[in-house]
Amino acid sequence: MSLPVRQRAATLAPSPLGGRIIIAVIGLIFAIPIVSMLEFTLRAADGGHSVEHWLALFDPRNARSYAPIWVGLGNSLVLSIGTVAIVLLLVAPTMVLIALRFPKLRRPFEFLCLLPLSIPAIVLVVGLAPVYLVIGRTIGTGIWPLSLAYGVTVLPYAYRAIQASIDAVDVATLAEAARSLGAGWGTVLLRVLGPNLRTGILAACLLSVAVVLGEFTIASLLNRQNLQTALVVVNKQDPYVAVILSLLALGFAFVLLLVIDRGAVARRGIRSRKGQQ
Amino acid sequence: MALLTTAPVGADHHGPTRRRAARPAEPRAHAPRRLRLDVLGLTPFAAYVLVFLAVPTLLAVGSGFVGADGGFTLDNVAALADPVIIATFVNSIGLSLLTAVIGAIVGAVLCYALLAFRAEGATRATVAAISGVLAQFGGVMLAFAFIATIGLQGVVTVWLRDVWGIDIFANGAWIYGLPGLVLPYIYFQVPLMVITFLPALTALKAHWLEATLTLGGTRGSFWRRVAMPVLAPSFLASFLLLFANGFSSYATAAALASQGSQIVPLQIRTALTSETLLGRENLAGALALGMIVVMALVMWGYAVVQGRAARWQK
Repeated sequence: MSLPVRQRAATLAPSPLGGRIIIAVIGLIFAIPIVSMLEFTLRAADGGHSVEHWLALFDPRNARSYAPIWVGLGNSLVLSIGTVAIVLLLVAPTMVLIALRFPKLRRPFEFLCLLPLSIPAIVLVVGLAPVYLVIGRTIGTGIWPLSLAYGVTVLPYAYRAIQASIDAVDVATLAEAARSLGAGWGTVLLRVLGPNLRTGILAACLLSVAVVLGEFTIASLLNRQNLQTALVVVNKQDPYVAVILSLLALGFAFVLLLVIDRGAVARRGIRSRKGQQ
Repeated sequence: MALLTTAPVGADHHGPTRRRAARPAEPRAHAPRRLRLDVLGLTPFAAYVLVFLAVPTLLAVGSGFVGADGGFTLDNVAALADPVIIATFVNSIGLSLLTAVIGAIVGAVLCYALLAFRAEGATRATVAAISGVLAQFGGVMLAFAFIATIGLQGVVTVWLRDVWGIDIFANGAWIYGLPGLVLPYIYFQVPLMVITFLPALTALKAHWLEATLTLGGTRGSFWRRVAMPVLAPSFLASFLLLFANGFSSYATAAALASQGSQIVPLQIRTALTSETLLGRENLAGALALGMIVVMALVMWGYAVVQGRAARWQK
C-alpha cells in the first residue's frame, strides 16, 4: 500500500494526466493561428468554403501573377545548395581538423561559430551591403553569392549539430587507426570519419536548408529575391497563395526537424545497445 | 639497416632513455612541414569568417562613425540621443522584455508538463520539432499566420465580431502597430524557451527530491528550497536568450508592421532604404552600434549566468 505512494512521491514529473492537460491547453492555443491559416486558405468567394485557392496555385492562367513565387523558390533552392556546400566543404572539414590537430583551439572556435547568434541579422546586413556592392561589381549580382552570407547565418546551428557527433566519437583514435592501416587523408575523411559523423552532418545540412528557406532579413535588404521576399510580394496581390505557401513551408520545416530528431534518437539507441553487449 | 641504426645498443639497460630519445625523432623531421600544412588547412575557413562575419560587423559598427564627407564624426552616434531614436529603443526593449517574461513563464510550464512524457518518446520529439520551427524559421510566415487570425478579416476577429459582437479594432487597427507584435513575438518566444530550458529541467535529479523527503521536507519545500535555486540560473539564462531573440528579430515585424518604424530593426530598414533620416547619413550604422551594445550586455549577462547554471548540468 505504501509502495506506490512512495514511488509517486519520488518523481519530479507532473502526473501523466496533469502533463497532458497542460500540453493540450497550450497546444490548442498555439494551434489557433495555424488552423486560422488553413481556414483562411479555404475561404471561397461566395462566403463558404472550398479548395479553389489551392487549385488556383496550379492554374496556368495564374502563372504570371505567381511568377515571383517560382523565381523565389528556385533562388532559395540554389541558396540551400550553396549553403549546404559551405557546411560540407568548409565548416565540417575545418571542425575535423580542429578536433584532430588543434584541440586547444576548440573553445575559441566554438565562440567564433556561436557568435552569429548574438549579432542580429539586421546589424549584419548593414555591413554586408558594402561587401555585396563589391561582390556585385566583381562576381556579379546573381543569387548564389548570397549563400556565402547564409553560411554565416547557419554557422551556429551547423556547428552544434556536427560538434555533437564529433564529441560522441573518438575522432583522433579513428583517424590514427585508419592512418596506421595505410589510409590516405582523403580516405580517412570520406570513408572513416564521414560515416561516423553522418548524423551530425546530416542534421547540420537539414537545419541549414530550414534556415535558408525561412531567411528574409538579408535577402530583402540586399534586394535579392528568395522564397520569403516573394511571399511578401505576392501577399500584396493574393494573400491566399502566400498563406498556402507559408503553411507548406512551415510543414516542410517541421518534417525536416522531426527527421533530425528521429535520426538522433535512432543513433542513441544503437549506441546504448552496443554499450550493453 | 635503418632498423639497426635507430635501435641503440644496450637498449635493455637504458629503456626509459631510449623511449624518450627515439620516439620524438621520427615525427620531429616532419613536424614543421605538417604543422604548416595544418595551419594552411585552417586558412579557408578563417578567410571566409573574416570576409563574411568580421568585416560586415566592423563595417556595420564602424560606419556609424563616418560622416557624409567620408571623415570621422560623432554626429551619427549623437543621433542615438534623439528623442525619436530613444523612443524606438525603449519600444524595442519593452517589447522584448514583455514577450520574454511571458515566453519564459509559459515555456517553463510547458517544459514541466513535458517531464510527464518519456525522454525519447513521440510527444517530446513532436513538441521539439514544432518548437524548432516556430522559434527559428517562422519569420514572415508568422506574420501571415497572425493576419489570418487577428487581422482585419482574421478568423478570431470575425468570430468575436459575429458571435460576441466584440470589435477588437474599435480603437484602430493595432495589429499593424507595436501592440500587434506582442502576440506573434510570444508565439516564437515560448518555443525558444522550450528548446533552451528543457535540458536544464531534465537535469533535475529525482533523488534530490527523495533526499528532501527523507530529511523531513515536503514537495513544496523541495521546489522552493532546492529546485528553484538550482534552476534559477538556467531560467535567467534562457530568459536573457529570449530577450536577445526578441530584440534582434526583424522579419515578423517587417511583414506585419506597416505603420511607421516603432522598433530598432525597422528603424534600421528605414535608414537603409531612404537616403537620409533625421538629416543624417549612416544613421543605420549608429543604430547597428546601439543594437550591438545592448546585445553585448545581454550576452555577457548570459555567459555569467550560464557559467553558474552549468554546475548542475553534469
